[in-house]
Amino acid sequence: MSAPSGGGASRDGYGAALLEMVDDDRVVVLEADLGKSTKSCLFRTEKPSHTVSLGIAEQNMMLVAAGLASSGYIHFASTFAIFTERAFEQVRNGIARPNLIVHLCGSHGGIHTGTDGSSAQSIEDLAIYRTLPNMTVLHPSDDVSAKALTLALRDHGTPSYTRTARNKVARAYSEESAAELVIGKGHVLREGTDVAILACGVLLNEAKEAADILSAKGVQATVVDMHTIKPLDTALVSQLASTCGAIVTAEDHSIIGGLGGAVAECLASGTLAPLERVGVQDRFGESGDSDELLAMLGMKACDIAAAADRAISRK
Amino acid sequence: MSTRGMGLEVEELEAMAKRCRRNIVKMVHGIGAGHPGGSLSAIDMLTGLYGHRLRVDPSDDGWADRDRFIMSKGHASPGVYAILHERGFLSEDDLWTYRRLGGVCQGHVDMKWCPGVDFSAGSLGMGLSFGIGCAIAASLDGSERTAWVMLGDGELQEGQIWEGVMAAVHHEIGNLKLIVDRNGIQNDDFCETQMRMFDVAEKFAAFGWAVMEIDGHDMSSVVEAIDWADQITDGPACIVMHTVKGKGVSFMENNPKFHGASPDDDQFALAMEELQ
Repeated sequence: MSAPSGGGASRDGYGAALLEMVDDDRVVVLEADLGKSTKSCLFRTEKPSHTVSLGIAEQNMMLVAAGLASSGYIHFASTFAIFTERAFEQVRNGIARPNLIVHLCGSHGGIHTGTDGSSAQSIEDLAIYRTLPNMTVLHPSDDVSAKALTLALRDHGTPSYTRTARNKVARAYSEESAAELVIGKGHVLREGTDVAILACGVLLNEAKEAADILSAKGVQATVVDMHTIKPLDTALVSQLASTCGAIVTAEDHSIIGGLGGAVAECLASGTLAPLERVGVQDRFGESGDSDELLAMLGMKACDIAAAADRAISRK
Repeated sequence: MSTRGMGLEVEELEAMAKRCRRNIVKMVHGIGAGHPGGSLSAIDMLTGLYGHRLRVDPSDDGWADRDRFIMSKGHASPGVYAILHERGFLSEDDLWTYRRLGGVCQGHVDMKWCPGVDFSAGSLGMGLSFGIGCAIAASLDGSERTAWVMLGDGELQEGQIWEGVMAAVHHEIGNLKLIVDRNGIQNDDFCETQMRMFDVAEKFAAFGWAVMEIDGHDMSSVVEAIDWADQITDGPACIVMHTVKGKGVSFMENNPKFHGASPDDDQFALAMEELQ
């Protein structure tokens, strides 16, 4: 896809954060033959002594990371989001269960990854990692916030999964605003009282455009970057259910189990409000340009605005 | 701090292994479930490791510079608990918590539950990779501590094992020592019927490992093999120990049924008699 001017891909933010940790000898980076793609290569070039390349062998990588973590090191291990999934049981039994501090990054997540096609488009990663006790699950929207959140993980007390994206999107953050980000707290980017749009990842940008579309019609939307899928900011979700009375979620992920699923669980257990979930409708993707795919699958700004109208009509 | 092993001679190690065998059978019989066969095949090596070699400190199980022992075939937990009792990490009463609610002796060895356990096992194929991580960490620390890993032979059927086998050689991990318990039996039946593995030692050698084959029930050979592995520092070393599943209890020996089954009361009495 063509890169918006001034935009950034969240995977670039991950690489930049690793680079910023290069003087911290507690940090070890692991990679599985995709360092050039996930951007861990930036760290490797600067500090090969603390980089372990494990070849195309994700299951082994997860347990090597766990072993290192058991000896006190802080691990950042990355591959494509889809390939972390082949090692899901290793993450479950080897990392999450003993609560070893490994920070796993799955890049190229979502259908936004584009022309590689459906085999590379993980649309279930947020859902499966969210089910694991002890795991924190993040999905930053741009390079600036991805860098800030990755740096915050260095002193985070549990293992985590962070999904990053391949392609650039317009930035939602400046260095200053990203410094305010807190793991587990949604970040309100725009306030309105008619509907709340909770978005993550590359769809945050679409959500902001949707708010503009709605505003032009006299509908005022709150827009929140829900960069942390777990632990979900349930206090904020409940508050918005009360103040706005209608909720839309937007994610480059299956509508089952990810941000939409998490918000649905929260609403069902607390303050009820109509919910519309924008995302991949229980199907696989295909090859195509990112924007073409977003349009085909009903995940563009206009689709989010239409979902907001539906949610409001259900009040 | 602690020195290597417990300074025991071969005869003392043999006596310790026999005590462990009794406790293994008692633990499994006490709860009416568990895995005696692979515990009994591994226990001579476990005794050799803890009694002769491992630098661990029962008064400080979190000692950062201890050697690591990773029991990848985590179902052989009665064997691990028995030797951790001998080494002073567990009381005798702890052993009888095996598989019981709230007990330190979980069904499969678990580092979050049991003092002296370095790895949470239970899913086969993961321990070698974890050991590689422990060994790399030791190198980064500039420490002489060593990671010892024990695998079952059936476990070699897991693909992840061979990912780790390649990685250990590629990274020339000289502080990693692997023991394969070649007892020839897995959950359902003999390995020969489930998935043949042919010459295991030859496979490791083909990947570039230093390999030694021993009789895993001959304590002198066990001690000799541990010392041999210790002297390999330019890459990973593997001891393939040929063992008998259920060793020491006549009706369990080489019997697939006792991979994961408890003896009944009559069998228990016979086992105790045989392990006098």
